[in-house]
Amino acid sequence: MPPKPCALCHTERAIIKRPKTGQQICKDCFFRVFETEVHNTIVDSKLFKPGDRVAIGASGGKDSTVLAYVMKTLNDRYDYGLELFLLSIDEGITGYRDDSLETVKRNQVQYGLPLKILSYDELYGWTMDAVVAQVGRKNNCTFCGVFRRQALDRGAAALGVDHIVTGHNADDIAETVLMNIMRGDIARLGRCTLICTQSEDTIKRSKPFKYAYEKEIVMYAYFKKLDYFSTECIYAPDAYRGHARAFLKSLEAARPSAIIDIIHSGEAFEVAEQVQQGMKAQQTCKRCGYISSNDLCKACTLLEGLERGLGSLAVKDSKKLESDSTTAPDASMRTIPFFQRTPGAAAAVEEPTPA
Amino acid sequence: MSSDALALKVEFTGGLELLFDNKKKYTVSLPRTTDDAPTNLTHLILWLKDNLLKERPELFVEERTVRPGILVLVNETDWELEGEGDYQLKDGDEIIFISTLHGG
Repeated sequence: MPPKPCALCHTERAIIKRPKTGQQICKDCFFRVFETEVHNTIVDSKLFKPGDRVAIGASGGKDSTVLAYVMKTLNDRYDYGLELFLLSIDEGITGYRDDSLETVKRNQVQYGLPLKILSYDELYGWTMDAVVAQVGRKNNCTFCGVFRRQALDRGAAALGVDHIVTGHNADDIAETVLMNIMRGDIARLGRCTLICTQSEDTIKRSKPFKYAYEKEIVMYAYFKKLDYFSTECIYAPDAYRGHARAFLKSLEAARPSAIIDIIHSGEAFEVAEQVQQGMKAQQTCKRCGYISSNDLCKACTLLEGLERGLGSLAVKDSKKLESDSTTAPDASMRTIPFFQRTPGAAAAVEEPTPA
Repeated sequence: MSSDALALKVEFTGGLELLFDNKKKYTVSLPRTTDDAPTNLTHLILWLKDNLLKERPELFVEERTVRPGILVLVNETDWELEGEGDYQLKDGDEIIFISTLHGG
């Protein structure tokens, strides 16, 4: 086939077909439109204001690596006036997270951004390796997900940042919409398409890649030769999410707009008032001060289960465990340090060493 | 390399290399014609599945193409611009398979 010219500049040879628009464009135009669309998302949603301290949740994987690169590029190009940090969570998974953290450490140098690493071990007293040794491979994703969310907030509080950005892309969000529909999780269905979430006691979180297709993120990383880590977690991946993902990818292959269409569907759902009344109000955990819809937050419940050697019960029957436990733990039990936000107070970070 | 064969550079990345003996780069030799037709990318994908793939073929191939979510580049160009599986391979072509399904 003869080379096709770029649909935008009409001079260079097209190298990618955009899934969102079907346009065939060249490498330079692709970089420009990808970055500009993320910039437009940031501006339209008024995500930041000058002087904001922003932590980029960095796993070393493709999405967060591209996010760190693009955030730094846009902050310089458009003069956002942001102070950027990399924040990584070390789940304690030998042969997986230890390797991906090496990638983050290289990114720290490559992008000149300060890095803070917070480990499950220092926060909860349990690595994921130890959790899996107790609960097995079946339910460990529940622990990891709950622990990570809270760890990111606590790492952000330690950095004294105003805002956490994560690399969730359009595919991730569409997948979550599907999962919430299939699980009937009305509360999450309403929240999961929001570009920015904030409640009184948590740090603002947003997803600048909300409208960025995974294909474009991977192509961007490839053509920019970005250094990212791409190994599957060694513990069983979330099987339910895996099915949703495979289904979504098949839909995308048949009709690329499916991803953005599902996000729009998720945004268009309105939760009726009578349904909202049935939802639990948010409060703070009586043990650790973190936001919770029960007396004990999910992390404290899971941690108590682990400490009592009943880890699997905490997943399957957390209500039972909760009703058995008082809000005061046994003195011998490991608990999570009390959650406090100290805006502006920065913890020690590893300053980037010159390359 | 004899004139009746195609020498191709094949690369697996984004986690796909794990299915191919944890090795990213291969040089493969394919006949110029397969099943009485010029050898194309579909033939290459099926050949890779039968000859280089070490485990879990369902993570690489679905029906007669790559599993949805795997990106393919032909000489640094999105294969969607090159006719996908119908692209007729040329001697010296570089084909890259990138998984988008791993990690975030």
